[in-house]
Amino acid sequence: MTAHLKMNESQPPVLDEMAQGVIGTPTPRRDGPLKVTGQATYAAEVGDGTEAVGMLVRATIAKGRVTSIDETATLALPGVLTIITDERMLRNPAQGGANEAPVQGPRDVAYFGQPIALVVAETFEHARHAAQNISVTYEILPDAITDFLDGDAPIERPAAKQIEQGDIESAMRDAAFSVDATYTTPSQNSAAMEPHASIAWWDGEKVTLHSSLQMLKFNRNELADSLGIDPENVRVLAPYVGGGFGSKLGLAPEAVAAALAAKELGRPVRVVMTRPQVFETTMRRSATHQRLRLAANEQGELTAIGHDALVSNLPGEAFSEPVALATHFLYAGKNRSYSHQIARVNLTCAGSMRAPGEAVGMLALENAMDELAHDAGIDPVELRLRNIPEDHPEKDKKFSSHCLADCLTTGAKRFGWEKRNPTPGAVREGEWLIGVGMSSAARGNILHEAKARVILHSDATVSVETDMTDIGTGTYTILAQIAGEMLGLPLDRIEVKLGDTDFPPAAGSGGSWGAGSTGSAVFLACQTLRSEIADLLGTDPAELTIKDGSIISGNVQHELAQLLTRDLSAIGHIEPGKTSDEVEQATFGAHFAEVAVNAVTGETRVRRMLGVFSAGRILNMQTARSQCHGGMIFGIGSALTEELVHDLRDGHIVNHNLAEYHVPVNLDVPQIDAVFLEERDSWANPMQSKGVGELGISGAGAAITNAIFNATGVRVRDYPATLDKVLKGLPEM
Amino acid sequence: MKSFEYARAETRLDATTDARNGAAIIAGGTNLLDLMKLEVMTPQSIVDINRLDLGTIDVTEEGGLRIGALVTNSDLAGHSTVKRDYEVLSRALLAGASAQLRNKATTGGNLLQRTRCGYFYDTAMPCNKRAPGTGCQAKEGFNRSLAVLGTSEHCIASHPSDMAVAMMALNAIVEVEGHDGTSRQIALNDLYCLPGTTPDIETTLQPGDLITAVRLPKPVEASQIYRKVRDRSSYAFALVSIAALVKVEDGKISTAALAFGGLAPKPWRNSEIEAELMGKAPSNALFDRAADILLTDAQGYGENDFKIPLARRTLKAVLSTLTEVSQ
Repeated sequence: MTAHLKMNESQPPVLDEMAQGVIGTPTPRRDGPLKVTGQATYAAEVGDGTEAVGMLVRATIAKGRVTSIDETATLALPGVLTIITDERMLRNPAQGGANEAPVQGPRDVAYFGQPIALVVAETFEHARHAAQNISVTYEILPDAITDFLDGDAPIERPAAKQIEQGDIESAMRDAAFSVDATYTTPSQNSAAMEPHASIAWWDGEKVTLHSSLQMLKFNRNELADSLGIDPENVRVLAPYVGGGFGSKLGLAPEAVAAALAAKELGRPVRVVMTRPQVFETTMRRSATHQRLRLAANEQGELTAIGHDALVSNLPGEAFSEPVALATHFLYAGKNRSYSHQIARVNLTCAGSMRAPGEAVGMLALENAMDELAHDAGIDPVELRLRNIPEDHPEKDKKFSSHCLADCLTTGAKRFGWEKRNPTPGAVREGEWLIGVGMSSAARGNILHEAKARVILHSDATVSVETDMTDIGTGTYTILAQIAGEMLGLPLDRIEVKLGDTDFPPAAGSGGSWGAGSTGSAVFLACQTLRSEIADLLGTDPAELTIKDGSIISGNVQHELAQLLTRDLSAIGHIEPGKTSDEVEQATFGAHFAEVAVNAVTGETRVRRMLGVFSAGRILNMQTARSQCHGGMIFGIGSALTEELVHDLRDGHIVNHNLAEYHVPVNLDVPQIDAVFLEERDSWANPMQSKGVGELGISGAGAAITNAIFNATGVRVRDYPATLDKVLKGLPEM
Repeated sequence: MKSFEYARAETRLDATTDARNGAAIIAGGTNLLDLMKLEVMTPQSIVDINRLDLGTIDVTEEGGLRIGALVTNSDLAGHSTVKRDYEVLSRALLAGASAQLRNKATTGGNLLQRTRCGYFYDTAMPCNKRAPGTGCQAKEGFNRSLAVLGTSEHCIASHPSDMAVAMMALNAIVEVEGHDGTSRQIALNDLYCLPGTTPDIETTLQPGDLITAVRLPKPVEASQIYRKVRDRSSYAFALVSIAALVKVEDGKISTAALAFGGLAPKPWRNSEIEAELMGKAPSNALFDRAADILLTDAQGYGENDFKIPLARRTLKAVLSTLTEVSQ
């Protein structure tokens, strides 16, 4: 039985009527103990030892064509079994939701580090040695473009993203206060702890791929299309994923290479990327160049916002970092101007990385808002409060719910914002200059089609089955909580099975939509099962109160386990509908940070951070908080340390390891507080929840650079704010 | 990784004999194994010295310390005498790497770790240190972490060790056993070579040499600081670091020993700085003169230009702290 809901209208708060009391409750991740004890099996660990091992070979030119590979010499190396140069190998990883083969053909080289072949050997070491020493000759094309700011780069300007409303030029001219400043952010890499890895094996015409991926229903079609086979013959498994952050939304080159090699050799083949390969051949976040224009009247009310963005990607790639996403709806202002340019470059493919758009766009927007507040002599919190729009400022649309003002005022109070000294450089503790900063957070909310099966077994235990993934976010746990709440059962009676395309297709993990979309499918399936239970009792489902497996209906108590004589099964199916278009759905928040900047060296250390967020119903307070902590820590990295460095002579990534690509370490992360406001959004989905995974990073880094300004008077517009950029503005010694 | 022969040394002679025949000596392996996996280093064979009796810390007849080459960074940092009398060394060790690496890394190995230059690490790149004669890509490339002192047109790599910087300030002496069984002592400053025209040659060690210990002279009475400036709070190499021992008596500097990390191809020491400081009343002007001496020949390569003012500021702050001169 399938329960289908298309979100065409707002939904009643059914979960609030339930009795179990597990939804929302802080609940540790059920996969946690498996992971810390090594029992959760990752893709690189699967297998029985009979596998051959593949290693991707990297291109060492920026642009050109492979003219020959000395296969004879490589095949003569110890342990080497074969060399795959099949034209079906991926040149670029697949963009999120591609659902078809990405760019294939390894012989044409579009960026330094691109896979051009796979060497397969008996052991990892043999394969790596052979891949390292394979002799390749190229025809080098001289017109590689590696600098997206270089005037020679071909530029595309998608018409739909060049937007003028009103007259920004006049507004800037007439403004009492204005900002016109340029901000830059560097390329980044998700740097998930688990490297991309796949093992493939064939059974006749059917291939099974155990991999590390975020969106299996799309990944299955991407693999099928890449190999030129029917999706029915493809099964993808990804029960445990050690972080993705967008880098595993689409299929990466190692997956197709493993499948091709397994077919040729007639045995399973494992391909694991080395850390440098993860940096070179999986998605990067595009570097951005952003011009922000803000105009305001005497009262600090915005009269104009302009956001001009230049980003980069490989030629032909559909994705371009959607820099201005939040700018469109965050603040009021009559005159609005946007431009969006994509420079075509020969660099590692750019794609989605945690909060594509907001993560970098809000660094610039919220930095500019801080500049405006300072210039206008208005408190930064107050400036934002004065510019919260009633309705969507660019479209004729209401917000489904809007708690930004509450986040700002609640945050300011909790943080002790009123103690801030607005004069930059005024607070000093020994060698350290102390400052505080803040920013708004905003991220659009998205619902995607998803299905899940829920089986209520006759012993009153439950199985939840969907191809949804848990990339460390808590999916296993929250789906159990949703089923437990709806069916009145404690969590230990509920089994959740994920990451297998044999299960009903879900929305995958991405865009913060995983919990809302797949959770709604589980919710709907459970609603059907409740109806079936009510039928067994001859009553109406609204009359049922179920807790710990006991049903109270009309003052009579029944035990679920005794009532059931057979397994009941239902599939829930959610689809987005009119509520996605007719109202503007977004999550909001406010970030506050205190930093200490060393007056001698310019080193910045974050001393505390607070985020106050509103994201509809919170399904699990603990995992939601962890998600926002993670996002805020990402914000520390964006603000202070993370930068993927391209050598502009050939585009190669110089710092392709975790010693030199600086993600924050424990000591960089201070006391972080993440707080959620009580909220329900009936337009979002039948659970009234919204996504939280990307909200925490949105704006977080700007709160830190704004705090650096408050501490030192140094305005860093070129992210990250490494000490050399701060040093220039520090007092003489 | 290229296949290699593995041998375990039962005696020092085993180690020096194998090393003389081209084997790479492996102790903690925290740097060598990484470099072998990347094929930046491709020894035909390695000789494992972990079973040798080189893991003790002993007081010497002169009242100093003899630190066995196999003493781990963790053990050395936590040793009670080191913490009490050679605080700068303990601090430097704890400022380096991560706890896991320090548990594995050894005293001898730490001295010999290779540069973190990104072009050295990438075998697709020319690099005079890894492949002599191919050129230096770093000079006009990404050189933010690289050297501004002691470089040559052939190489601008920086030395990554924290421990060695502190040992340099402590006047450490390296005990080396040659393949013929003879033992000799090398001042740490003389262990390292500047790149010149042969950046692939980093030390004065000869084939078959085995570092057996590091000797520290009797402790000096002085205030000690190890200050490391870096991009993140932990697990990052120094952009600038300073190991300093300074004593002020009757208003004048009576002891000064300074060594610098992150600035040069070797832990850097310049006796002229100390000569300038000795016998003078500490002042901001004096510290500026010390910085002038340090940085006279400093040359930035673009991305790393900031190290020059950063070194000056850090040196002045360190000297101010040690002499209690307010800035």
